[in-house]
Amino acid sequence: MDNNVGVYICSGCDIGKSLNVERLVNTAKDSFKPLVCISHEALCGEEGVNLIKKDIEEKSVNKVVIAACSMRAKQDVFNFNPLSIHTERVNIREHVIWISPPNDNNTQLLAEDYIGMGITRAKKSDFPEPLIQDLNKTILVVGGGVTGLNAAINSAKAGYDVVLVEKKSNLGGFPYSKYKKWETEPPFDKNIYIGESLNKLINEVENAKKIKIYKNSKIKSISGAPGKFNVEIEPADESNKAGVINETIGSIVVATGWKPYDAKKLDYLGYGLTPDVLTNVELEELYSDLSGKGKNENFTLKRKSNGESVKSIAFIQCAGSRDEEHLPYCSTVCCMSSLKEAALIRKNNPDANVYIIYKDIRTPGEYENFYRKMQNDEGIFMVKGDVSAVSYDKNNNIIDLKVKNTLFGGDIDLNVEMAVLATGMVPNSGEIACAQDVNNLNVNLTTDNPVSASGASCPPSVPVSTAQVAKSGLLNLTYRQGNEMPDLAYGFPDSNFICFPYESRRTGIYPAGSVRMPMDTVFSVDDAKGAVLKAIQCIEQTSKGMSVHPRSNDTTYPFFDLPRCTQCKRCTEECPFGAIDEDEKGTPKYNPERCRRCGVCMGACPVRIISFKNYSPDIGASMIKSLYIPEEPTDENYRILVFACENDAYPALDILGLNKINLSSNIRVIPVRCLGSINNVWYTDALSKGIDGILLLGCKFGDDYQCHFAKGSELASYRMVNLKETLTRLVLEEERIRQIQLEFSDYMKLPEIVEDFVNKVKSLGPNPYKGF
Amino acid sequence: MSELNNGNPVLIIGGGHSGVSAALEITEAVDKKVCIVEKKPYLGGRVLQMYKYFPKLCPPFCGFEINTKRIKSSPSDNIKFYVSSVVEEISKEKAGTGYTVKIRQKPQYINDNCTICGECVKECPENRPNDFNYGMDTTKAIYLPNISTFPLKYTVDEEYCKFSSCKKCEDACKYNAIDLNAKESVFELKVSDIIFATGWKPYNLEKLENLGYGKFKNVITNVMMERLAAETGPTNGRILRPSDGKEVNDVAFIQCAGSRNENHLPYCSAVCCMASLKQALYLREKNPSSSPTIFYIDLRTPGRYENFLNKANGDENIKFNKGIVGKISEDRSTGDLMLDVEDMLSGKKIKFRAEMVVLAGGMYPNIKDDLSNIKIGGDIKIDIDENGFIFNEDFDAGIFSAGVAKFPLDVYMSGQSATSAALSVIQRNVKL
Repeated sequence: MDNNVGVYICSGCDIGKSLNVERLVNTAKDSFKPLVCISHEALCGEEGVNLIKKDIEEKSVNKVVIAACSMRAKQDVFNFNPLSIHTERVNIREHVIWISPPNDNNTQLLAEDYIGMGITRAKKSDFPEPLIQDLNKTILVVGGGVTGLNAAINSAKAGYDVVLVEKKSNLGGFPYSKYKKWETEPPFDKNIYIGESLNKLINEVENAKKIKIYKNSKIKSISGAPGKFNVEIEPADESNKAGVINETIGSIVVATGWKPYDAKKLDYLGYGLTPDVLTNVELEELYSDLSGKGKNENFTLKRKSNGESVKSIAFIQCAGSRDEEHLPYCSTVCCMSSLKEAALIRKNNPDANVYIIYKDIRTPGEYENFYRKMQNDEGIFMVKGDVSAVSYDKNNNIIDLKVKNTLFGGDIDLNVEMAVLATGMVPNSGEIACAQDVNNLNVNLTTDNPVSASGASCPPSVPVSTAQVAKSGLLNLTYRQGNEMPDLAYGFPDSNFICFPYESRRTGIYPAGSVRMPMDTVFSVDDAKGAVLKAIQCIEQTSKGMSVHPRSNDTTYPFFDLPRCTQCKRCTEECPFGAIDEDEKGTPKYNPERCRRCGVCMGACPVRIISFKNYSPDIGASMIKSLYIPEEPTDENYRILVFACENDAYPALDILGLNKINLSSNIRVIPVRCLGSINNVWYTDALSKGIDGILLLGCKFGDDYQCHFAKGSELASYRMVNLKETLTRLVLEEERIRQIQLEFSDYMKLPEIVEDFVNKVKSLGPNPYKGF
Repeated sequence: MSELNNGNPVLIIGGGHSGVSAALEITEAVDKKVCIVEKKPYLGGRVLQMYKYFPKLCPPFCGFEINTKRIKSSPSDNIKFYVSSVVEEISKEKAGTGYTVKIRQKPQYINDNCTICGECVKECPENRPNDFNYGMDTTKAIYLPNISTFPLKYTVDEEYCKFSSCKKCEDACKYNAIDLNAKESVFELKVSDIIFATGWKPYNLEKLENLGYGKFKNVITNVMMERLAAETGPTNGRILRPSDGKEVNDVAFIQCAGSRNENHLPYCSAVCCMASLKQALYLREKNPSSSPTIFYIDLRTPGRYENFLNKANGDENIKFNKGIVGKISEDRSTGDLMLDVEDMLSGKKIKFRAEMVVLAGGMYPNIKDDLSNIKIGGDIKIDIDENGFIFNEDFDAGIFSAGVAKFPLDVYMSGQSATSAALSVIQRNVKL
């Protein structure tokens, strides 16, 4: 490949007033001998852009280095075909002249270093070769409940083939065998019977040409990757001897729903004392029976104990939910659910008193209308309080509830004929593997130091918090990192869940409905559709050779130089998306279709065999080597290398520039895809070259992690353990490397963060390797 | 991919989080053009005015950065957007199933040549109240709306610019980026479908006269509180009260200010409990000796958000009072506020003194008022409910909604609804 580098230095926006642009041009020419190297007073203007275009056409410039504003500005203007032109943006505005004193030698050196690194990266970069493939586009929907049915029919309506797998013999899921009333449309106070629409939906799915249904079936295994998943489907009932069926699948919607929390664990609320203490689910089943499976709207609720019409009933809200001992979360639907059941009782047992004992009534949005209507019913008593004891008076066949902390301070006793426990929702996200099974799963839960094949000692590769609870029984993925989706908390699958609700940790597999978070029928429909969209998007983007979120449209992906692999397994363990499997020897089997292009594998590899066309250990190392490190140990000659997360820390530096706030000229910033992509060789190269300190600016990690590659910044921090060893070997202080968790909007903190670190490094003295 | 009708774009009204999400989800999935019409001079919407998102306490700019990157890297020219623009007219196309819409775009005084070099601002002699900070500070009449302004260029406030009698900015600009003679443009677009992603505005709390907003300086709204906490806000992120700039400690948060009230907003605005918990945490972090008190009817933190309530509950300096604030009066000598509270737990009436009061005002759907400014063809029915939400999508008509235009939703659920709306659009345009 020809390396026809064109360097274009802009002197607009005061760059020319702050820097000696002529000297920049000459230095670049002398050091790098580019084919073209010129300056222009407004590169982003028509004249400037045409100049570049002309060089591309006439001089075959294919590596365009633009030293001007931030890569975040004018991207639409400096927009050349990425498959044949490498465009390298060097930020000498926001990151140089806007944060450094004008016409100052240190500012000039800063700009020179940035241009040098830019040219080096451009020279070393190859053009992306998008992996364009013909892929299977069938959508697998796991679970045939409300969410699954909606996912299936909506995929079909969008033109995609569907395979639907349901473990039961019937479709319809939870509401199927229950008394089906819910609020589905404004004004949300009608207590609508949804049985008919559910039956209609089931019919529609069963008759849809594009939908193939496997009932009484479960997933034996899923292997492969988006566009080429191989799914083994087997009978759910083990006594069924029917064979395993294989389906090739494009992407997957997981709609496995929920199960009620085990009421047996709620004996303190009287469950088991008498049949008249039942759960909300059992009440629904009772209604279903009484109504002849919904055929009859008018029926009287009778006590299970004696068959007499119920005259008083209490609903105990949050039975198990919002309780650290049971379900720490709120199950979201139980308030509405009890209210609608209360409405039914009031309709059919008009002389009954209904008590709802609650902590907070949660009827968000326009569901409030329903609550308001119920509050106006004189037979419904809303009792705020905590149930402290439940006893059963056998002689009188009465349930006695003691309620504490009620309004107006008092404790009250309630005598009722029936009590309903509003038990919560537990996601069906796979069963936690038994201890003895853990060893059989391919999940490394230990922190023992494995030794790489090369003999180098490796510290634990994965921080304990990233090791997943081993689960199985649902999707049964044959992924090296485990059989099920990684959990975020309480069995709900992991996702950075604010801006991007479908940011799945398993590319091409999208949970929807109450397996993802507690939600009701109405929002499950919306969620099913959202997940289907992402499933479609994944196969379409992948077949075009493009990454999905968060590096949407990226056509690059890592290459593995396997002959040099030492089978240390770090890449396979650390990939936040489980994209890399292993063969029996431990050689990585990379699945580009599962990959999100964060570069965490590249950062993990001790022998540097993983690289992108335009981002690699070698490119980074060469950029570092291109830096000019002055030898004289003066304050201004300290050099601090900053690795900055492209998405947050880099823009934060831009915003600092926008605000024209000065930052130490000692720093040299290299943007990285993710802190997790930093290869340790960059540290050692930098330190052996004489860089005095290294600062990592990246996302927050831990429980409320902000990294959109989930684990990148955490892994960077974790790898420091390994690094300290290296530093000790080099007889360098470990304080020379520091990681700071920085948010986008923390830009005002940058001057202090940088100054503090620069001062720390200065207190340690210059790097003794300087000049070697 | 199944073939799609891609002659005309999908119109997305509103370029906030929901509108931008819908646009990206559609264009990254299929070959379908979209066109966003946004009334502000920038995309990103109201969420950019939040200091942090609950429950992770992360800045909205992070997700927006990813989204702008997605727009910039979109390979085909499928996403178009018009800022400072409104839809004026919607009529049914005679042939086909789409619509003709009339769009009015304010004069674009700044063109795409703008490099945000900032020379114009240095020369501008006029100030304007900064709407991004709810008027709590000012900017020049030529200004950059926010730190992540997209499209990245300056804006001129017509109300405050002196135009031909000044022109200092025009003279200062070296890049021919300013034309103060620019005219508004009115144009028609043929679109295949319409997604309402029109979002919300804070309910006008002056209507709640007993709570003193608009009368007492130290009674502020929850959206203003976000700006007080933000680095880019009027106080550079220090929580200082408006009357005297004092660092506040005793702050009262009043929940359901307007919400769950049949005379105001009959519905629950769904986000205010989480928002106030979040703001109480801001206060605790920034003013360590502070003691916020939250007056509430019910604490609504559904699903995993319960964790966030537990986090706030774990701080003994954050107090909760299930009570209704009947009236607020001002102590003129100190600027403090006196609250008459009906404590529902004790049944007693109590007095409460606060240095500042934050009203958790509800979300009022923009479309409720906006729709009266759009001339809509008689044969088009938009199913808007009594509270102004477009909950029911009209698939056959190709009219969809996302975010708070649909229902009172938080950011996360808005993203979900936008993604769902994106699928509806694909379904309606697919050639099966």
